[in-house]
Amino acid sequence: MSISKISPELFHKLVGLAALELTDEESAYLLTEMNHQLSSVNALLQVPLEENILPTLHGIDCAGAGPRTDVWQPFPTPGEILAGAPETEDGMFAVPDVKGAK
Amino acid sequence: MSLNQLSAQEVTARVRAGDLSAREVLEASLAQVHAVDGAPGSLDQKPLNPAEEQKVHAFIRLTEDLARQQADEVDRKIAVGEDPGALAGVPVSIKDIFTLQGIETTAASRILWNFKPPYTATPVKKLIDAGALILGKANLDEFTFGSSSESSAFKPSSNNPWDPSRVPGGSSGGSTASVAAEEVALSLGTDTGGSIRQPAAFCGVVGLKPTYGRVSRYGLMAFSSSLDCPGPIARNVSDAALMLHTIAGTDPKDSTSSLVPPSNYLEALKEGVKGLRVGLSPDYTHLFYPDFETGELAKESIQKEISQAVQDAASVLAELGAEIVENVPLPNAKYGIPTYFVVSRVEAASNLHRFDGVKYGYRTPVDVEDLQDLIRRTRAEGFGSEVKLRILMGMYLSSEGFAANYYQRALKVRAMIRRDFDRAFDPQGEHRLDVILTPTTATTSFKRNDVFGNTVRMQYSDQMTVSANHAGLPAVSIPGGLDADNLPIGIQFIGPDFREDLILRAGYAYEQATQDEAWRAVRPAVLRQEVTK
Repeated sequence: MSISKISPELFHKLVGLAALELTDEESAYLLTEMNHQLSSVNALLQVPLEENILPTLHGIDCAGAGPRTDVWQPFPTPGEILAGAPETEDGMFAVPDVKGAK
Repeated sequence: MSLNQLSAQEVTARVRAGDLSAREVLEASLAQVHAVDGAPGSLDQKPLNPAEEQKVHAFIRLTEDLARQQADEVDRKIAVGEDPGALAGVPVSIKDIFTLQGIETTAASRILWNFKPPYTATPVKKLIDAGALILGKANLDEFTFGSSSESSAFKPSSNNPWDPSRVPGGSSGGSTASVAAEEVALSLGTDTGGSIRQPAAFCGVVGLKPTYGRVSRYGLMAFSSSLDCPGPIARNVSDAALMLHTIAGTDPKDSTSSLVPPSNYLEALKEGVKGLRVGLSPDYTHLFYPDFETGELAKESIQKEISQAVQDAASVLAELGAEIVENVPLPNAKYGIPTYFVVSRVEAASNLHRFDGVKYGYRTPVDVEDLQDLIRRTRAEGFGSEVKLRILMGMYLSSEGFAANYYQRALKVRAMIRRDFDRAFDPQGEHRLDVILTPTTATTSFKRNDVFGNTVRMQYSDQMTVSANHAGLPAVSIPGGLDADNLPIGIQFIGPDFREDLILRAGYAYEQATQDEAWRAVRPAVLRQEVTK
């Protein structure tokens, strides 16, 4: 049985969607590894699925603490958060222009 | 016996009794770090001299000043008769994936090299409130992505104290190495596919992955949110039980933290294993490794000494009165890694979108055209190869046209893995197990650079551990002997939901019954060197 592979074209599309940039060497390595991983993942296609099996997002029933009440709570020290930002302006995060925004 | 060899329980008992001050314990720990650890992990990758090659390198950052403040506070409380907490004076390392307010928290990634979180993770806060001394942040695989700790951006990555030319396992490799090298008594790790248990096995220490939701994930930087579990690492089972009791419990800041109250795990240890039903499965005796061309899974035998250690452990437990149940079918365990490749990568890709150089952490220093260019360049420079690989794989497997075949199918196989365990533990079922005994890993520790770069082979080192993550079940790895190269072997107990007490009981009974075996007297190589100096 031969298995499907990720094409270089699809790979480069994914790189763009993932907001990444890669060197040629990095691209070659990562595409090879992705296809090797895919050969493992393809084993799932051979699994005889049991009847009435439903997909699960968690192994156990997550009847946990549950979501908090949706009430606005100001962070006590916003200055600490801003102090960690690469660039700020007037108490806000500063970034370059968004393409086409002007 | 030096102070650094004491268990956490011995340390805290002596500190509370006034036989020792917390400051004395801390200074002994720091002296040990300075003797065996060498240079901490750093982004400046300098060549190592031969002496540094032999060091452990468990830490990215020591937090000596913080630990001294904590020690003084413990000593002050004892002086005035206040309760100093259940872990008073116990030195602890923290995997550098948990936030600690005001202290750099890097996830071993360049993209967070300067990130100082404005809040502390819940399990870390619980350790501090219990009087533990936070000695430092331990190295790990970048964002926990790996099984050898070699993918850390902070070099040198950690070495195995039993043989510094070998890896400590991962991703909690700095944590397990720091405990094995007697730099700390306890460490806080995380386990998504085996990242506490596999390095615990490689380093000859105890590592426990609790039931999903048993310990809060608040302040843990997410890798795969449906699988991530914080948990304890210790040198013996009862210390792991004590630490678990300290960090477990409901947390309103983590919606998936469980409302089930924690047991008294230390008390449970005394109950022994008489009458406990311990399962052995033929589905945990081989690796199932893919052929890269055909995708067929080929059977590979696991290291014979490890299979033998599991059999020997079963015999020990049987002599103590446990009932050994053989041939328990867990047929979907062999799909654990393929399923993990899908579930963990899809969740990782989602979780890693937040790192963009805007709000915190690294930002590219080069001139950029616009915001999109800034984000691309920051991520390109800030993330290592393994992180990029997981993002790309996750995006591919969840993309339109592929998700039905891969992601949806993986979620169904995950449910089948869980169903296998439900059948094995069913009190009305054929096997009615209390715990399942398996190897933790297929091999003992491997040499640095032997596997790194081969991302499939690296991932398959988690085959024996990953199914407990898919199923959400608690599992513990404990030392089960040494191989011919004096490298530690780990054996694993898996239990039903929230029955950490059962796996700890089984581990403790085995540990106590094998106390006098010759292999327990052998010490890690870095500690043997220390003695001969």
